[in-house]
Amino acid sequence: MSIHWLDSVDAALSEGAAKNRPVLLNFSAPPT
Amino acid sequence: MFINDQFAPASVSIKKTPAAFHRFEVLWTPTVLLLDSIGKERHRIEGYLPRAEFAAQLELGLARIAFMHKKWDEAERRYRNIVQQYGSSPTAAEAIYWSGVASYKRTIDHTVLRLISRELEQHFPNSLWARKASIWAGRRLEQAS
Repeated sequence: MSIHWLDSVDAALSEGAAKNRPVLLNFSAPPT
Repeated sequence: MFINDQFAPASVSIKKTPAAFHRFEVLWTPTVLLLDSIGKERHRIEGYLPRAEFAAQLELGLARIAFMHKKWDEAERRYRNIVQQYGSSPTAAEAIYWSGVASYKRTIDHTVLRLISRELEQHFPNSLWARKASIWAGRRLEQAS
């Protein structure tokens, strides 16, 4: 099963606050 | 799925949202930040890790969040679970150390710290965490010159 990613930092922060859940932010860059 | 069960996750691409990199002072990729539910950063994973080590680091972040919220029982349980599940991982050494601190915070019984020092000396004698804990056993390891 794949991860369902939220589409923005603020969406994740809002969901974390609403559900009292930690937030995971995955920062990535395209391969060089 | 562990990540969706435990976290509110977002993926941030430097191409689409470079401002978020600046906002969280991310200077290298991949970087994973674990924030508590009020948005305060509690754990940072910089650089690629093999799957098992990455999973152990996520668990370490969850334990850290409990620890920083002074949930000593939960923190100790989470740290000990890391030791059980990922005992051969370097992350386990850090988890042993902090399990001892969480236990001490919960009980104010300093004898646990000596036991933790012994455990680290036995399983991870060359780790930084064994060196940090050595003071609890009444030993001072030589400082590198």
